[in-house]
Amino acid sequence: MHKYANPTFFMRIANAVFPYAAGISILCFAVGIPLALVFSPPDYQQGETVRIMYVHVPAAWMGSMVYGVMAVSSAVYLIWRHTIAHIIARASAPIGAMFTALCLVTGMLWGEPMWGTWWVWDARLTSMLILLFLYIGYIALGDSFEDQERGDKASAMLALVGSVNLPIIHFSVEWWNTLHQPAIRSFEGFSINAAMLWPLLLMVFAFQTYYVSVLIIRLRGELLSAKIRTARFNLAAAE
Amino acid sequence: MTRKRRRLYFVGLGLLGLFTATALMLTAMEDNIVFFFSPSEMKGRQVAPDQRLRVGGLVEDGSVNKAGETITFTVTDTVEKLKIQYTGILPDLFREGQGIVAEGKMGRDGVFMASDVLAKHDENYMPPEIAEALKKSGNWHPEESTPQADMPATTPN
Repeated sequence: MHKYANPTFFMRIANAVFPYAAGISILCFAVGIPLALVFSPPDYQQGETVRIMYVHVPAAWMGSMVYGVMAVSSAVYLIWRHTIAHIIARASAPIGAMFTALCLVTGMLWGEPMWGTWWVWDARLTSMLILLFLYIGYIALGDSFEDQERGDKASAMLALVGSVNLPIIHFSVEWWNTLHQPAIRSFEGFSINAAMLWPLLLMVFAFQTYYVSVLIIRLRGELLSAKIRTARFNLAAAE
Repeated sequence: MTRKRRRLYFVGLGLLGLFTATALMLTAMEDNIVFFFSPSEMKGRQVAPDQRLRVGGLVEDGSVNKAGETITFTVTDTVEKLKIQYTGILPDLFREGQGIVAEGKMGRDGVFMASDVLAKHDENYMPPEIAEALKKSGNWHPEESTPQADMPATTPN
């Protein structure tokens, strides 16, 4: 297991995965977007507004999922001190923040015509907003220390502590009365018609592979900047 | 015990403590976290005359009465009912059988005076033809299926 912690070995695998992830993502978007936005049927209650769901739901799932990746990586970093785990968490944060912001914005655009309001402070919406703040806090905290390693540890701690929000987001619609509807996914299956489910799943898959592709690109950047830092340090030491 | 093992236990115990503390806190704050109360929950609740709160339920069939700008209707959670009075523009999804959330104050006569009405959407997504077909075949039970999944009559603990 721990041999994957070697950045060179890890990046060799990541670089091999990259063309497939990027290719599948482009393909899924190319099929999924027209299917979701044009060819899928309108909803019996929401009409054409239902199409916002094809962006909103994948964005929401990814917002939580990327945070889950960040929390697990941060735990691995804190316990085993594998730098690559922290770099994965660090590189994931802006992507997750973007998904969460996209989820909130599309949700507001849907809420205005459907609920009659842009925003309410119910448990689901509030916990999702907190998730966005956690992402922003994580990004800010990592860069706010003079000593790089202290920043890394502090932000990893924050990511772990923030993981308490994930079950709250997921179960908020079951534990409490909310304005937000419950999940379409439950133990009994999906409460969504197949003609709408397939475009949705395609979009989810497109979002997931998009995340993997962008993460690998960002990992390359992070590792390169670490190399530059080391080179600069050595140069300064040599002078 | 190696340092790694010690850190593993430290992180594990820390997270366990954190999750427990959060669960206890959320349970204690339940009344402030719920977005609305169902008519059943309203029944046993002492409400100050000026206290703003939200109630939610399904608009009862045949209960909607329009008198000019003012509209009265009854919401139900299939167990208890509550009469609501509202003046203003209703959301598009407002109709009989639809879940709604009303914000306002409890009147002295037991009628809830709403200042805002929001439509609650359920988690069922389907094309209009399917909805029609379900209605025709008699498999259409939005009033029965929605409260169970959507608006628990009792507070989950």
